[in-house]
Amino acid sequence: MTQIYAYIPFANGTAEDVALEYPSAAKKIDAGATLTAVVAGTGADLDKVANAMTAVYKEVIKIDNAAMAYPNAEIVRKALVSVLPADAIVLAPHNTFGMDLAPGLSIKMNSAYAADIVDIEGIEGSSLKLIRQELGGAVSTHVTTDISAGAVITIRPGAFAPVEGGSAGGSVTDKSADAGDLSAKRKFLEVVEAEVGDVDITKSDVLVSIGRGIEEEENIAIAQELADAMKAVVSCSRPIVDAKWLEKSRQVGTSGQTVKPKVYMAMGISGSFQHLGGIKGNPFIVAVNKNPKAPIFQVADVGIVENILEFMPALTEAINEL
Amino acid sequence: MEILVCVKRVPDTAENEFELNSAGNDLDRDDLVYSVNEWDNYAVEEAIQIVDKIGGNVTVVTVGDDESEEVLRREMAMGANNGILLTDDAFEGSDGKGIATILKAEVEKGKYDLIMTGAQADEGAGQVGGMLAAMLDLPYASLVNKIEPGEGKIKVGREIEGGNQEMNEIELPCVVSIQTGINEPRYVGIRGIRKVASVEIPEKGASDLGVDASAVGEAGAKTKRVDYFVPDLGDGAEMLEGSTDEIITALIEKLKAKGGL
Amino acid sequence: MTPSIIGPASYKLFGFFPTWILAFVLPVIGIGLFTYIMARRIAPLIRANPDNRFDQIGLRVKNLIIVWLGQVRQPRYMLAGVLHILIFAGFLILSIRSTSLVIIGFSDGFVLPGFGGVLGDVYNFIKDYAATFVLIACIIAAVRRGIFKPKRYAVPEKYGKDHTAEAVFVLGVISTLMISESLFEASELAYEAANGAAEHFLAPLSLVWIFKKLLSAAPLNVLQGLHIFTYFVHDLAFFFFLNFLPMGKHFHVITSIFNVFFMRVKKGNIKPVKYGISDEQLDDLETFGVKKLEDFTWKHMLDFYSCADCGRCSDQCPANAVGRPLSPRFITIKARDLIFKNYPMSGKIFKSKLLVEDIYTEDEIWSCTTCGACEEECPLGIEYIDKIVDLRRGMVDEGLVPQTLQKPLKALEKRGNPYGKMEKKRAEWAESKEFQEICQVKDLSEDGEADTLYFVDSITSYDDNMQDIARRTAVILDKAGVDFGILGKLEKDSGNEVLRFGEEMLYQDLKSQNTEAILETGVKQIVTADPHAFNALKNDYKGLPPVKHISQVVAEKIESGALSLKSCQTADKVYVYHDPCYLGRHNGVYEAPRKAMDAINGLTRVELEKSRDRSFCCGGGGLMLFYEPEEETRMGVLRVNMAAEAGANVIVTACPFCLVNIQDAIKVAGKEGEMEALDFTALIEQHLE
Repeated sequence: MTQIYAYIPFANGTAEDVALEYPSAAKKIDAGATLTAVVAGTGADLDKVANAMTAVYKEVIKIDNAAMAYPNAEIVRKALVSVLPADAIVLAPHNTFGMDLAPGLSIKMNSAYAADIVDIEGIEGSSLKLIRQELGGAVSTHVTTDISAGAVITIRPGAFAPVEGGSAGGSVTDKSADAGDLSAKRKFLEVVEAEVGDVDITKSDVLVSIGRGIEEEENIAIAQELADAMKAVVSCSRPIVDAKWLEKSRQVGTSGQTVKPKVYMAMGISGSFQHLGGIKGNPFIVAVNKNPKAPIFQVADVGIVENILEFMPALTEAINEL
Repeated sequence: MEILVCVKRVPDTAENEFELNSAGNDLDRDDLVYSVNEWDNYAVEEAIQIVDKIGGNVTVVTVGDDESEEVLRREMAMGANNGILLTDDAFEGSDGKGIATILKAEVEKGKYDLIMTGAQADEGAGQVGGMLAAMLDLPYASLVNKIEPGEGKIKVGREIEGGNQEMNEIELPCVVSIQTGINEPRYVGIRGIRKVASVEIPEKGASDLGVDASAVGEAGAKTKRVDYFVPDLGDGAEMLEGSTDEIITALIEKLKAKGGL
Repeated sequence: MTPSIIGPASYKLFGFFPTWILAFVLPVIGIGLFTYIMARRIAPLIRANPDNRFDQIGLRVKNLIIVWLGQVRQPRYMLAGVLHILIFAGFLILSIRSTSLVIIGFSDGFVLPGFGGVLGDVYNFIKDYAATFVLIACIIAAVRRGIFKPKRYAVPEKYGKDHTAEAVFVLGVISTLMISESLFEASELAYEAANGAAEHFLAPLSLVWIFKKLLSAAPLNVLQGLHIFTYFVHDLAFFFFLNFLPMGKHFHVITSIFNVFFMRVKKGNIKPVKYGISDEQLDDLETFGVKKLEDFTWKHMLDFYSCADCGRCSDQCPANAVGRPLSPRFITIKARDLIFKNYPMSGKIFKSKLLVEDIYTEDEIWSCTTCGACEEECPLGIEYIDKIVDLRRGMVDEGLVPQTLQKPLKALEKRGNPYGKMEKKRAEWAESKEFQEICQVKDLSEDGEADTLYFVDSITSYDDNMQDIARRTAVILDKAGVDFGILGKLEKDSGNEVLRFGEEMLYQDLKSQNTEAILETGVKQIVTADPHAFNALKNDYKGLPPVKHISQVVAEKIESGALSLKSCQTADKVYVYHDPCYLGRHNGVYEAPRKAMDAINGLTRVELEKSRDRSFCCGGGGLMLFYEPEEETRMGVLRVNMAAEAGANVIVTACPFCLVNIQDAIKVAGKEGEMEALDFTALIEQHLE
């Protein structure tokens, strides 16, 4: 029987959203697999997360060690190698922590590695068939990975539907004693917070991008509210920067920033060649524009002919009600 | 400091419009243009800047075919001192682990204080740096956007979610993978490349490296790409119509599906 | 009592010291010092790069007569120009007098050969007025600079200290020369008059005339003393002035004649990387472009010496107007200051550093649109575009290229266009079914022959909004009965911008690919609707068939009757023509587009105040679409406002880059609905019979 272990990333006593997405991924690998959550850290926060996970996972492994007060990938890797069976299928998120942890983990566990999976087709024999995206999302590929000696698989956060948690009734097993030597040659020092107001639009997965349709500087607040509701960042087209309503660092376009979001909300942007040149990675583009002939509709995935000043507040309200 | 930077030749996402071939299982590669992976380019620039500051040498290495020499030359035109091309029919079809295995053999032939890779490539998985470090039992940091060299160790900043930076201290030798934006890579034009056109770039195969041919290439790969396909991409936008409420309901469903909510 | 005054050649100071010794020693020291100073000043020119300025002697002499002697560019700024012409003419006239004065100091009654008779009298009459007008001009100029302080002369803090004091000081020295010369003469005439000698005819109301009247009651010994005193004041001032000139902006008094003689005689082109090095030898060059001071050519160094700091270049510069970190005047002044610093009057010469780290900033050098307004204006023929391009070549060679520009440059290298679009899609604009029903365009890369090649260039080929220009151009050519074809996928970017952005080898690559493809087709002429391509093919490429802009073809075909245009379809609109820099200033095509527009019956056309050779750049030639330096406002917005002031509501331009920029600028200026931008080809196509 396939044994799947899901590494649960957390911060401040709360598991990241991906914790609820692993069960969907695991089911797609093998509906009959056993799925175990692995929570590594220390102290009360760890206990809190481990207990919360019992609502989603039948089995939860806890590894408590002061060395993991901050999730240092080198230390977490050592702990996981010590605790997990050699042929385990390990799931991790494809985010900044997962990219730090997973490749090395696959080597130390001597298992296969597949990264940034967006969908899973299932197992055939010892081969697991997965779907990835390449070239900035321009094309998708099927990949097979030989899981006979175990595998480390990172999944793209948000790619799998989250499960409704609450009734797994699982239990926590403390494997702290098995963790072994957790010394490391890499020492965590501190986290330097991003400067306030210094928003990097190139790093955001969702952009609410505004153009001339915003009409007045005061209306930028409307876009910001929508962005807040979507956990997005506000970017813009050239005229907005020219009007000095937003700083240059927010501008998308060939003369501004090149962005690679997953979702691009083009609000009142006509879609000039220069603007579109700054959008890479084939994001899902939603275009809202009064003008049904706006060129943005040629490249958008979804088009809506509306006045953004009326549409955005309505959308914000609807999202906040979710 | 002796620095080795691992680079890769990739189809350039900025200069290509990707289309599938007529069989629909691979990219139409006839018209593709290739260049050095953008992240690797930042890594080479960073290496050059470190060496400019504290002395040493920068060596660039790649695993690939003859055409990969082009990217080595481009990086040498930037200022890398040496280039090494690891090429062998047996290397073809390697997965990330295979590539890391080949690189490991080369790393062990030299004496490097710092090994760099790009954090990822557009067609890759961001795996080789981490794997190489684990194979060599060296410490590793990914997504590095700041390096401060020190005595026997370096201080690195890692880019983490929310635009924050995670600072770490790592013992040398180590492996780091470089995130874009760490510096502003210098421009290399045709002239620069021609200047290094006649510099000898040693080529090494499996036997030179002492790599077991069955552990790399297609034979050694556990993860393999089966095919390419284009997820349904319609022509032009799907226009949502109806009352504003209906449109919003439909839009929210789509946004949820695409990770926008 | 002596019947006539004693001149400096015979006078004995305190009764025993012959002043001729002074009058002899002063010039010896003055000229000796001047020779030494000039030798130091010439040193950097000798170390500089070669330049080719001894060709086209006829044109150079013509420039000397028109630009230097004729001062033709001066009245473009009326008041300052007229004042300068007065002082300049006065200097030329008085140089003869000053020379003979020096000799009079040790040779009584010296007269230059030929100036003894009537010519001498006429000359004296003229020079008396000349001195008078120079003095008046100096006073007005001093008041203007010292009290009214025109904005053009201000020195922003980042560029160093104000030059007003120097300017007013020099005006003072000139005034001293004029007054002392006149007093020297007036004292003699008054002396003679007092002794009852025959009255000379004096130019009425001239300085000498006035001074003579004022001195008519003075005692003889005072007149004698004044005569000697003013002689030496003049002599001292003269040699001081001569040696002071090479110390600052008044060096132009000496260098201008050379600078104008050696000024650019061909327009539109860019200097080679190094004179004497062929394109094929470029690979052998150790270094490219200007990195250090001595990398400039000697003519460019001479430019630095020659700048009179009049500020006209910067006054016309669009980059300066929108607050970019570039002011052409200070490109020159900073370099001159550096030469003065590195090549001091005594002691060792300092080693120069990388200019973009030392005196210039990268952004400053990238800010130039190469529009040429500065060069068009400079009364001294100082060049900027070649210097900027040379500095960029140096930066590119060092890898100092802004990140946003690296992508389009790389795309140009790999794909032959800055957008990174596929080569095979270059002719897609001509391939839609609807268009092919109207007009079939021959692709000469596939098959077929044609008399004329339509060179489309990248922006018109690939930019969705600009492809209409290509289609319209094809329709117009078709209608005019021109047998034409395009290069299709074999066409590469013309490289006009690539060259001007300093990426020489990439330009060379594009040029040779295009040249080969064009020659292969065997066409007899080339037509383009893109002034940038027009300029590159015409001025930078070599060995191609003649190149025409579409506006020239239209004007010709209207003239010959091959094209006829309907009456204006929108007679209520007011049209204005915006001269694209690369059509107008760089290539002198001002009339053809205007003629074509005027051939539309009933079309109302106004002129911009800044038009023709004073046209104001739209802000975005070529790669500027990918890189914009910090600026306060956009050039296009200023341009749109100028058009609005001229009373126009349709801005017609004949360049795709202008169209993009002006279209955007209309939106930014909030004039959507009030104003529109229209390409020349659109206007013509609308009115085709």
